[in-house]
Amino acid sequence: MRLLTHNMLASNVRGVTSGYPLKLEATNWCTKEVDLNADFIRGLLPKIDWRALVAATRALNLPELLPEEQPSEEEIFAEGAANVEGSAIRRIHHALLEIHVQQGALICPESGRSFPIEKGIPNMMLHEDEV
Amino acid sequence: MPRPEIQAPPDVFYNEAEARKYTTSSRIIEIQARISERALELLALPNDGVPKLLLDIGQFSFPLCSSGRLPEDMTPKNVALERETEGDLLLADMGQGLVLRPGVIDGAISISAVQWLCNADKSSHDPRLRLKVFFGSLYRCLARGARAVLQFYADNVKQSEMIVTYAMRAGFAGGVVIDWPHSSKAKKSYLVLTCGAPSLHTSLPKGKGEDGEICSDDDDGDSSGQDDDRTVGIYERNRPKKKQKIKKNGNGKEWLLKKKEQMRRKGHDVPADTKYTGRKRKTYF
Repeated sequence: MRLLTHNMLASNVRGVTSGYPLKLEATNWCTKEVDLNADFIRGLLPKIDWRALVAATRALNLPELLPEEQPSEEEIFAEGAANVEGSAIRRIHHALLEIHVQQGALICPESGRSFPIEKGIPNMMLHEDEV
Repeated sequence: MPRPEIQAPPDVFYNEAEARKYTTSSRIIEIQARISERALELLALPNDGVPKLLLDIGQFSFPLCSSGRLPEDMTPKNVALERETEGDLLLADMGQGLVLRPGVIDGAISISAVQWLCNADKSSHDPRLRLKVFFGSLYRCLARGARAVLQFYADNVKQSEMIVTYAMRAGFAGGVVIDWPHSSKAKKSYLVLTCGAPSLHTSLPKGKGEDGEICSDDDDGDSSGQDDDRTVGIYERNRPKKKQKIKKNGNGKEWLLKKKEQMRRKGHDVPADTKYTGRKRKTYF
């Protein structure tokens, strides 16, 4: 499960109003490199909840990866930024698309319900009494 | 062979053997790819160069897009894991509502999955409620102006109507596009739904085969195991009526009398011809 996906997920337990963001707990995660596509990041950025993304990286013990405040668009999409090591766009790309959580859990912020992640797939299925 | 939905609930029907067909059978993969391509065509994503986030519900479509996809899948992970899909996978029950926050998805497709909602596989399942929850959550998760294309197999007209009704009640606009409507084998129904204010693209695209085109009969999108039928059929609405069955002329009274006369000439003992000879009898048996 990538952090991009985690950013989209919400809990749908009965009675829960928002169920977002899900708290991430990861016991096993890895990195897989993938090519940076600036246009893709540009298209994604409006959809991303920055706080949730930062919280997820903190949960993975990567406090240095992303700043608390979302960088400005000029900074992210600056000319040639993609080639600079440690630039904002490279960090965002890495956080969203290159980190894969293999084992762990997602916790609903309201109900406390834990959704396990196994082999990289979060199991969001509710029991009958939770629907 | 009856449809998969009638045989068993999805988590039982799609056991390892069944799921394997979706990863190893090239024919099934080809069919699924074709249906998925058509669904994407109907999705009519704007060609603005901006990559889109798509949701694939049911994970029977063949991975086609290079943009990030989040397939949602209730069947065994065997299928998806083996195929190494590009997007991320989720294990969830679509009848419980999509587990995404509002307005994040740019489009959704589903291949051969929605009809499963019409079956109550557990005593706690209420098909109507599940349909309502599914479409309601789908409407919520789609971005404004986004589309959803759901290919489904309806058991009967009533089921098809139920699916469409609940989609409309959720607030969607749109309708059903049917490819090859006159062929029972090749027929595919696509529920095309738009979210938000109708735009210039409100008219539904035309289904294939509506103007009498020839279709190939060897399409089969599910695993009901039908044999390879490579015939090509032309289907017309006004088929010539079958000819009336022509009875044999040889068994009338005339023939009977002739036969009796023949036997008499041969020398056999034949009863005399009376008014009762060759008379139509009441049926006793």
